[in-house]
Amino acid sequence: MQFGVFTVGDVTVDPTTGREPSEHERIKAMVAIAVKAEEVGLDVFATGEHHNPPFVPSSPTTMLGHIAARTERLLLSTATTLITTNDPVKIAEDYAMLQHLADGRVDLMMGRGNTGPVYPWFGKDIRAGIPLAIENYDLLHRLWREDVVDWKGRHRTPLQSFTSTPRPLDGVPPFVWHGSIRSPEIAEQAAYYGDGFFANHIFWPKEHTQRMVGLYRERYAHYGHGSADQAIVGLGGQVFMRRNSQDAVREFRPYFDNAPVYGHGPSLEEFSRETPLTVGSPQQVIDRTLGFREYVGDYQRQLFLMDHAGLPLKTVLEQLDLLGEEVVPVLRKEFAALRPAHVPEAPTHASLVAAAGGAKDSTLHAVDDVTGKAPEVAR
Amino acid sequence: MSRRTLAVVSAGLSQPSSTRLLADQLAGATRDELVRRGAEVELRFVDLREHAHDVVNNLLTGFPPAALREALDTVTGADGLIAVTPIFNASYNGLFKSFFDVLEAESLVDRPVLIGATGGTARHSLSLEHAVRPMFTHLRAVVVPTAVFAAPEDWSGGAADGALRSRIRRAAGELAGEVERRLPSTGPADPFALTTDFLQMLGRDDAPVTPPGRTGERPAPGSARAGSPPG
Repeated sequence: MQFGVFTVGDVTVDPTTGREPSEHERIKAMVAIAVKAEEVGLDVFATGEHHNPPFVPSSPTTMLGHIAARTERLLLSTATTLITTNDPVKIAEDYAMLQHLADGRVDLMMGRGNTGPVYPWFGKDIRAGIPLAIENYDLLHRLWREDVVDWKGRHRTPLQSFTSTPRPLDGVPPFVWHGSIRSPEIAEQAAYYGDGFFANHIFWPKEHTQRMVGLYRERYAHYGHGSADQAIVGLGGQVFMRRNSQDAVREFRPYFDNAPVYGHGPSLEEFSRETPLTVGSPQQVIDRTLGFREYVGDYQRQLFLMDHAGLPLKTVLEQLDLLGEEVVPVLRKEFAALRPAHVPEAPTHASLVAAAGGAKDSTLHAVDDVTGKAPEVAR
Repeated sequence: MSRRTLAVVSAGLSQPSSTRLLADQLAGATRDELVRRGAEVELRFVDLREHAHDVVNNLLTGFPPAALREALDTVTGADGLIAVTPIFNASYNGLFKSFFDVLEAESLVDRPVLIGATGGTARHSLSLEHAVRPMFTHLRAVVVPTAVFAAPEDWSGGAADGALRSRIRRAAGELAGEVERRLPSTGPADPFALTTDFLQMLGRDDAPVTPPGRTGERPAPGSARAGSPPG
């Protein structure tokens, strides 16, 4: 099982000091969090993608490329990549490039984005959110698997004899997750392709996660990718820890009370009861997290949100120490002991290469190096 | 004999509340009328005062806490709705509006609704027509023609054969008629139900896309398209 952190990348005032970090500080803090994640033994760092203040990560592959150069083992991912407003051609190019630079330590999670005004900035319309996600991803999926693509759709200009470069590393595209809170169409999409499904599982009741994962598993089996319990599931989670649980509650409460999304609404206690938020000791986090399995089944990836609501970097890094030293080692052991042998791990570049029968150089050389004539569409 | 459920929403804030009193009388009269027509009737009361904090939390977080979820399901799963609000500033009160604002979209489409209101003076009576009725019309509910407003003078003296009582009876008859001519409710709609499959989603888009990883035809759902799962 993979463990990691995912970040929204918000610039938020620290409610206890009134201090707001600069964009520069926040960007550097995100990198520090990623580097720390590897140092404490976590497996995954995933960044959000946003194109409006107060968020900084508008250019995920720039950030992930930098982190790739500063880490050895960490898997780099997104939470989420906007499949609606990004050009699928650019996603194909950017993430294939990142995949080469990171030697395969890359996967990504597709999401729609729920901020209406962002869509028209990129020439799109939020009312077409689902059709955009379906059409764009279908094109992206082909661009990574077919060397030369002829394509025509409704939401982008047609392509004729187009080759997305670089070709995926070793001939194997990055693994893709599809993230959604409550759109059954996205669970269906993930199931159709045999891709992973990620339930964000923060800020919302567990029932949403349970229903969406249940649907995805059922449809995954329906489309013949394996049995329902072999589907690839990831979950989010939100925690704040101190060794003494009262200290955790006392320290986190002002951040909770003033947080974007849920602040000034339910109490910390109500929200902890209604959603997977866990504020307490490392043992409480372990117990709650092990409980997720009871309503989604054995799953492959657990990402935690650790750095939002204005928490200072120093505090976040302390949280990562607790997560890496006290929580994740226990979770790894416990989850592994519970998981039946036929339930797979999350796919990695290495496992995908092995499944494809080994690495192959997928560079597309011109057929005629005198005329530079391009290869033709496969018949 | 068909089994029917009536949800009775009251947005009265004081306890005891004249709004709840009107709701009780509307509910009782509708139940009696449906029973007379041969139905078995269950009344389910939702006093919004008990859910006031949860309604605001739902507005802020986007989801209802468990107790409010139950109240919302009661309303969206009923065969008929009786909705009664006190009139504040010539309209429904904020709690009444907020409760209906957090309902799932389209969850009251074609639902028979009887609207009622209470106010400090009879001069507010048309608030039902210019504020409450248009809101339910927007939700595409079926609001019965008679809306019932109760002013302070309606509660004094012999209500038993007064004008209020006769309006209540007429409105209850209209609601019972609308409930009776519909099939019994199958409960609240499931927002997580998949109403399409992937091939339809692609087809709806009219995009001439070819299947993933190959150039042949798309496989029928259920066929082992990609063989074994990755990894």
